[in-house]
Amino acid sequence: MAIFKRPALKTQSRKKREMPQGLWQKCPGCSEVVHEIELAQNQRVCPRCDYHFAQSAKERIENLLDPESFVERDADLRSVDTLQFQGMATYKDRLLKYQNLTGLTDAVLSGHGMIEGYKVAIAVMDFSFLAATMGSVVGERITRTIEYGTANRCAIVIVSASGGARMYEGMLSLMQMAKTSGALARHACERLPYISVLTNPTTAGVMASFASLGDVIIAEPKSMIGFAGPRVIKETTHQDLPEGFQTAEFLEEHGLIDAIVHRKKMRAQISQFLSYFSSTS
Amino acid sequence: MDSQPLDFEKPILELQRRLQDLKNHSNEHELDFDSEVEAMENKIRETRREIYEHLTAWQRVQLARHIQRPFALDYIARCFTEWVELHGDRVFGDDKAMPSGLAKLGSHRCVVITHQKGRDTKENVKRNFGCAHPEGYRKALRLMRLAEKFGMPVISLIDTPGAFPGIGSEERHISEAIAVNLREMMNLRVPSIAVVIGEGGSGGALGIGVADRVLILENAYYSVISPEACSAILWKDRRHAPEAAEALKLTAQDLIGLGVVDEIVPEPEGGAHRDHDLATANLGTALRQNLERLIAQPIGELMQKRYEKFRKLGKFTEGDIAPEGAPLQETIHSREQTSDKSA
Ligand SMILES: [Zn+2]
Repeated sequence: MAIFKRPALKTQSRKKREMPQGLWQKCPGCSEVVHEIELAQNQRVCPRCDYHFAQSAKERIENLLDPESFVERDADLRSVDTLQFQGMATYKDRLLKYQNLTGLTDAVLSGHGMIEGYKVAIAVMDFSFLAATMGSVVGERITRTIEYGTANRCAIVIVSASGGARMYEGMLSLMQMAKTSGALARHACERLPYISVLTNPTTAGVMASFASLGDVIIAEPKSMIGFAGPRVIKETTHQDLPEGFQTAEFLEEHGLIDAIVHRKKMRAQISQFLSYFSSTS
Repeated sequence: MDSQPLDFEKPILELQRRLQDLKNHSNEHELDFDSEVEAMENKIRETRREIYEHLTAWQRVQLARHIQRPFALDYIARCFTEWVELHGDRVFGDDKAMPSGLAKLGSHRCVVITHQKGRDTKENVKRNFGCAHPEGYRKALRLMRLAEKFGMPVISLIDTPGAFPGIGSEERHISEAIAVNLREMMNLRVPSIAVVIGEGGSGGALGIGVADRVLILENAYYSVISPEACSAILWKDRRHAPEAAEALKLTAQDLIGLGVVDEIVPEPEGGAHRDHDLATANLGTALRQNLERLIAQPIGELMQKRYEKFRKLGKFTEGDIAPEGAPLQETIHSREQTSDKSA
């Protein structure tokens, strides 16, 4: 079982910070220029307008869990090109490209750890790896995380982000929806809590399976959340999309999620839920 | 030949035209062309067999979408008796893309959940081309609960290009409707059979597709994405749909190999649309056989098998030496022992 600890993580993110390119970014929220260090020190939230920049799975785990508590599991699972997908680039090429680009082995990091003393099974998706599409490895890691929670009688936290199914794995990709949801059915039967956290963007197959099945479902502000892509909806219906369509705020307004939680309050909020649901009195 | 031939059936059509010419000629001139007619008829038979035995994935997709193919309500009319449609999700509306209700299969009372397409514009407007809204999936769930309460098996007939991508769909949370069905179907305390009778379009199909037995008609397809959409993404051009169809491994034969479906229901030569009687009889037989086998088993056992069937879907490598493309679930050893092999 692979373990990585906080110091290792810090080294990694510091390395990133020293990269000469992309030190300054224009904030999509306020159009101000923000320095990389400022973002890194602020959980990648714009200090001026609270815009939530994309955050890596490693950073999220570092921010959510108690120090040194994360134990990664199933790190040795690797996607395979079962269908021998060709197209303009092969699946194998793409996997390799994103493994090199992100330092990740696939689009989710999973394992267990503690949040303010509560033990949790946790899986965090990372959009930078092939748009966090769900293939067999993502589905298997999520399922094993859920099963770990069931076996060890602990809560599950899944931080979702996804562009949907991983087309390159054909129907095996779609079937991960059934597999993960089935595992959640068993976890729920044991009356154990599952906190689903939606980040920007969470869509399609992931949204239509485990991401929508939390006992509580919370989202980061302004996250794009939905089933179908806005372009597809526009092309199909020839309708103008309502203001703020498929944002976390839109979903909250329509009664589809429990709450919108600022990234810097996420850990405290999850911990509060855990204390509510873990209480036996 | 019928009125709506597909492109790849044109050679048969051409031979049939020539056969007709020959017969006409023979009649007009009172000549004996019997041996020529017989030769032509043989040629037609061979050509048909040649074409239909070597259908490409894309040709099967076209058959699965054929407008004359039997749709869910055709199967209900012919395989079942005493059909009573039950309307609505009791919350928002009745989804006409998913007519569902009670029916008897032989002597067995069943809940039947379907996707229904239309054959003309008027019907397609009503059925929304078989693309359901959240209401459809919630009606399905309501009826599954009913089935559970009265101990009736659930049969789903899947035939949809996909769940409807629209504003109302999103506002009423199509994702949640599908997700909840996936979870609840896994826990359903009655036997269940799902059949892909035509198009099995992604999450919209799976939303009523978690079952003890998953059947698929010989020329139906079941895919994570439509070949056209896949082509547009991978080749930046929809014209590569035939290649995409091949690559996606979406045919009944491919899916048996992947373990995604349990059984193929044979179709009449040339597709289900050529002989509704035979097509529906085949499905009726398959449903009855499967149902008999399922109801003979204790529900606890069925649920365990159902879980395991979906649980094992997926291909990946695990451990130190993971040979490319090796079957992997078998190689799983205790994860606690394979330590320190971090990324
Ligand atoms: Zn800003």
